[in-house]
Amino acid sequence: MTTLRRVVVTGLGIVSPMGADVEIAWRNILDGKSGAKRVDEFDVDDLACQIACRIPVGDGSNGTFNADDWMEPKEQRKVDPFIVYSMAAATQAIQSSGVPLDTDAQKERSGVLIGSGIGGIGGIYDASVTLHEKGPRRISPFFIPGRLINLAGGHVSIRFGLKGPNHAVVTACSTGAHAIGDAARLIALDDADVMVAGGTESPVNRLSLAGFAACRALSTGFNDRPTEASRPYDKGRDGFVMGEGAGVVVLEEYEHAKARGATIYGEVIGYGLSGDAHHITAPAEDGNGGYRCMQAALKRAGVSMADVDYINAHGTSTPLGDEIELGAVERLLGDAAANATMSSTKSATGHLLGAAGAIEAIFSLLAMRDNIAPPTLNLVDPSIETPIDLVPLKAREKEINIALSNSFGFGGTNASLVFRSVD
Amino acid sequence: MSDIADRVRKIVVEHLNVEADKVTEKASFIDDLGADSLDQVELVMAFEEEFNVEIPDDAAESIQTFGDAVSFLEKAVN
Repeated sequence: MTTLRRVVVTGLGIVSPMGADVEIAWRNILDGKSGAKRVDEFDVDDLACQIACRIPVGDGSNGTFNADDWMEPKEQRKVDPFIVYSMAAATQAIQSSGVPLDTDAQKERSGVLIGSGIGGIGGIYDASVTLHEKGPRRISPFFIPGRLINLAGGHVSIRFGLKGPNHAVVTACSTGAHAIGDAARLIALDDADVMVAGGTESPVNRLSLAGFAACRALSTGFNDRPTEASRPYDKGRDGFVMGEGAGVVVLEEYEHAKARGATIYGEVIGYGLSGDAHHITAPAEDGNGGYRCMQAALKRAGVSMADVDYINAHGTSTPLGDEIELGAVERLLGDAAANATMSSTKSATGHLLGAAGAIEAIFSLLAMRDNIAPPTLNLVDPSIETPIDLVPLKAREKEINIALSNSFGFGGTNASLVFRSVD
Repeated sequence: MSDIADRVRKIVVEHLNVEADKVTEKASFIDDLGADSLDQVELVMAFEEEFNVEIPDDAAESIQTFGDAVSFLEKAVN
């Protein structure tokens, strides 16, 4: 084994309900805007949950998302939207990083690790209907390659000539965090110098809304007040609101980034993983999985929870999960809980499933850059008392040098990332 | 120019995102119009749907150019 190399983040890219531009999305988060609205492009009248946080589609100006800016219409037609979102976020991240990908040597030391929770579920649904109604000869040759989860990264590698590690993660709602953590390790272990890593998801369709509602995971009581539905830690919460989009970062070996004078958003100093070994959808009630996951990340980082200035919570706004995570964080903090700051940006973005961990890593890095903790929207009446500042309703300025981001997924799969600012 | 040729050209232009004047009789889908082998399969499917015909796999393999497609479909439809 070689000595672990330092890994930093040098590029950010986002497609989200807050916008398809990193700075605009971040501004909207800090301004307390919500991406939730009633779903209007297909029939939702018979669905228990009729709302979702939607990407603002437009001509590409002012943070709107114009798919044609990122992928040729001819290519878009062959893939599910999660691949288009991945291309958009990865292109932003690579361009903003300025990382050179010109020579064969550079390309061979640069890889991709982008995951998705459920991949092309919309396209699978549509093709199933085609198969049923018209038979197998009407199934497109692009059906399979346009739905496979690793093709989100596959298209990125083809576009930018990334010939290093080519990998993908599928760990439900922990996907984005696992992707960034695993990619950082590939650099730390000298398998690559540059990794394009993150998560992407396009889950807003009738089948997913019906399926997640059947798991009793979605908010159903706010169909007439969409922007109030995602309310982590609040007494009135009744489930998560689905979101869509992608988050992708460029990870780079520290000396590699420094030598070219790259902008460094932060260093990945800790990454922890654990399993609940408990239940397919419910978190372990004692919070043990999340606790050990954060503990592992802190151990790797060589810091204690009291050193963490900002925690971006998993905090999905489900009745069970929010308090279990909060309890685990409190136990790790001990007496330091009174100084701690933790918020859930899912209150604004909704839950982007496989992309959540990636966009929340980006928000954690920007919180460090700007020394400001983003707010937890709709937190007006907490369901539990805690000494931790959950940043209700309004962003709060705070010096943030170390940030931790949690992601917990169905199947009891947990990931925590720890970032530190680099001077 | 036959009605069939116009309909075939329209499909090719839409699927391969090429200019209509590039779709000449001798234009090869793969060599001249930027298609890959999967695009070619999809084009044949689109012809089947448009003209309500079935194109067996061995016949599909012989359709390499715009002209091939038009002459095949003219025979198949008549």
